[in-house]
Amino acid sequence: MSAQSVDQVFLYVKQWLLSLVGGAPEWLLQILSALINIVALLGFFLTLFAAISVLERKILGRMQNRYGPNRVGPFGLLQPVADGIKMLIKEDIVPARADKIAHFVAPVLIAATAILALGIIPYGRNMTPFAIDGGILFFFAVGSMTEVGVFMAGWGSNNKFSMLGAMRAIAQMVSYELPLIITALPVVMVGGSLSPDAIVDAQGGYSLGFIPRWYVFSPWGAAAFILFFISGLVESNRTPFDVPEGESEIVAGHMTEYSGFKYATFFLAEYLGMFAVSGLAVTLFLGGWHAPFKFLEIIPSYLWFFIKLSALLFVFIWIRGTLPRTRVDQVMNFAWKFVLPMSFTCVIAAAVWHLTGRRLSGWLWSFAVVALVYLALSRLLDTRKKFAPRTYRFAE
Amino acid sequence: MNTAAFIIIAVLTLSAALAAATLPQLIHATLAFAVAFIGVAAFYFLLGAEFVGLVQVFIYVGAVAVLIVFTILLTRRDPEKDHGFNWTGVIIAILVFGGLVWSILKTPAVAIGAPKIEALTVKRIGETLMTDYVWPLQCVGVLLTAALIGALILVMEEKR
Repeated sequence: MSAQSVDQVFLYVKQWLLSLVGGAPEWLLQILSALINIVALLGFFLTLFAAISVLERKILGRMQNRYGPNRVGPFGLLQPVADGIKMLIKEDIVPARADKIAHFVAPVLIAATAILALGIIPYGRNMTPFAIDGGILFFFAVGSMTEVGVFMAGWGSNNKFSMLGAMRAIAQMVSYELPLIITALPVVMVGGSLSPDAIVDAQGGYSLGFIPRWYVFSPWGAAAFILFFISGLVESNRTPFDVPEGESEIVAGHMTEYSGFKYATFFLAEYLGMFAVSGLAVTLFLGGWHAPFKFLEIIPSYLWFFIKLSALLFVFIWIRGTLPRTRVDQVMNFAWKFVLPMSFTCVIAAAVWHLTGRRLSGWLWSFAVVALVYLALSRLLDTRKKFAPRTYRFAE
Repeated sequence: MNTAAFIIIAVLTLSAALAAATLPQLIHATLAFAVAFIGVAAFYFLLGAEFVGLVQVFIYVGAVAVLIVFTILLTRRDPEKDHGFNWTGVIIAILVFGGLVWSILKTPAVAIGAPKIEALTVKRIGETLMTDYVWPLQCVGVLLTAALIGALILVMEEKR
């Protein structure tokens, strides 16, 4: 079997499945084709969710010098099965004064938006589940619906901790949605398309024969990638930005009144959101499914995508194991005073890079723009606070 | 298949809109309103106007619905106070509806078959916005910036 047919093996499987219903009318074939895509997507990401939930605990355990789960199955690998059964047979408690409908729909809505967002990412050559013209816009449009879901969870629970958590979550998500979109903007500008497939295609090939043309290797791309990743961390409510569910302050935020499988659905949605935002980061900045070197192109495209995705997911876990939680005001100040201006700088630097001919001189010019704004911002935002004993305003 | 999709979406959108107008709880009405917005976006998708549909979801569900929710949360409500039936609202609604029907019936484009136009891509919309409509775009930008600054001034703490 040649490398090319290995690369397209999933497409062949899909064509074979469709050929089983050969004489069917066109509309039925369309629906079946979409269903196959959806089932494949769900199957893969639910498995990945199970795997990453145990791997995360293992990695965190390793970082904190302990074992992590190692009792269920070999090396604790069957832990997700045990967790799933536990979550399914737990009692599902709905508060008496809760808004039943909003309380029920919220976790479903949040998980559904995360799954929809996963759909537009090209997982390999010709492997985009829903190839639509405005894919990047679709991602953000669907992502913005999460806020409604979080609000429904907080409001429907009829609990002050839930409401506070939901307000924090919405404030934080609205603030970081802006940099998330604006850092994706230079890639759309340079790639000249809103379609993820076109953006991945634009990152194919090698400059000087060996450096891949991924956007992360240009100064604006590197800066935008870091900002995008930080905003993605906030959007998926992960440590160090898990202010909305800060256990030490507001129990579990908007998830306080959820138990059993509804809680598990929130958990699932958080991880699917993490996969979606990492997948989009890979697509936008890390060259999608392209191989880093010419001789490595024999490895199928979907494996490259998966390797890059896993690397980003590892960084998510690594950050969780390393950094303490930030305060609410720190998160907001960081968003509006630093991340947002830097995102606009990335747009300008990308324009400079494009206009100065996308060569070495353009590279240096855009680097100069990014570095200048970064230095100016760090000078401006320096509060000159020294580390000192904490002073309390409202308590002794 | 398109007719079936049209009927399903129309029923969903209309019932959501009806729920938004009649539900006693404001928050429920808002959420029903968001469903109606999604229904309208589905219509745009059905018509092949992908970009408009996406922007509809993005702005109306992601921003306007959240804005309404915040407005409800941050304002005081008096559940006891009953305003009675809102006759002014009925009159305004009938007037708006009548105006819309009149203008639709007056439009000549409804009578003749639409000429075949090339598919509206995001790229074409972008090019048109950046060339022919660049001044309106800039004006909208200035307006939104002014609104942003105004909101900031409203919430700014007064220095003592």
